[in-house]
Amino acid sequence: MSFMSSAANFFTSKLSDALGWARKYSIFQYPFVTACCGMEYMSTAAGHYDVDRFGAGFPRFSPRQSDVLFVVGTISQKMAPVLKTVHDQMCEPKWVVAFGVCTCTGGFYDNYATVMGIDTIIPVDIYIPGCPPRPENVLDGLMKLQEKIQRGEQSRTLYDPRTKIGRPAYLQQGYSIQEHIREKESSS
Amino acid sequence: MTPLQRIQEKFSIEIIETHAFRGDETVVIRPGALRTVVKFLKETPELDFNVLMDLTAVDYLNFAGGKIKKDSRFEVVSHFYSLKHNHRLRLKVPVGEENPEIDTLSDLWPSANWYEREVWDMFGIRFKGHPNLKRILMYEEFKGHALRKDYPFNKRQPLIGPAI
Repeated sequence: MSFMSSAANFFTSKLSDALGWARKYSIFQYPFVTACCGMEYMSTAAGHYDVDRFGAGFPRFSPRQSDVLFVVGTISQKMAPVLKTVHDQMCEPKWVVAFGVCTCTGGFYDNYATVMGIDTIIPVDIYIPGCPPRPENVLDGLMKLQEKIQRGEQSRTLYDPRTKIGRPAYLQQGYSIQEHIREKESSS
Repeated sequence: MTPLQRIQEKFSIEIIETHAFRGDETVVIRPGALRTVVKFLKETPELDFNVLMDLTAVDYLNFAGGKIKKDSRFEVVSHFYSLKHNHRLRLKVPVGEENPEIDTLSDLWPSANWYEREVWDMFGIRFKGHPNLKRILMYEEFKGHALRKDYPFNKRQPLIGPAI
């Protein structure tokens, strides 16, 4: 009996490994492109940087056929319900990439029109800050996403602006380079 | 004879103020005379202002830190251009705070339609005779007018999500 259950565990864990491996190299992405970051997204997708090397070169322009939502560019309050609907329409398992600092935190916008980070509306898996991020940054974020997919992890929580929980420390206000270096040194 | 001189000659009573610097001509007129003046601008062959380049508004609340006092809070600014004569004119109309309303230009220049909707959306100035005066940038649920100086810059009115 114990042999059977361990075999079953072995089987299911190997199965999820295989699933993760298959998923991470066949990302069907939905590019939700609203602003200037789209240029850098196109540059990443085109031949020179070639996102196809990572198996993510096939954008689907229907949320129902895609499994990674790339939110590329500033999201306004008027656009927010549309983004939420698109995210709701995607089938599980699904991941969200916040591309550019506007989608991560609102960026330099602090006004009546802009959503201060899409993680207040939909759960975000990978943050790629930058204004706009270089294609190398994007590929780095994509590889981090692949690791996350391999582990079978998905973000389920939203950012709460009152408690400031749910967003990486390096995206919080007042975070300095010195702090970042200290953290890097202490972790290594 | 420049467009400004022509208007000064024709509507000397309606003009509040004029300004000209190196061919950059501005005229400020009384709101009541707006329609007659713009019709004159469009229909006089020597002026022939057939393009409305821009129409926007300015909120002079607490202007220059309160050092400069204006008689009325808002000013609607229109920029005209003549393709035929290659000359330009800037027309300003003061609009009061109590009843912010002036006549529309959308029947004379169709491009004014969306400009006026934007001015209504951002400043809350109504345009009498506009065919479809509703918000153009913000959503219908939005309360207030975002570019008024007394609208708090950090006020949030999201459709979904937290209001911070």
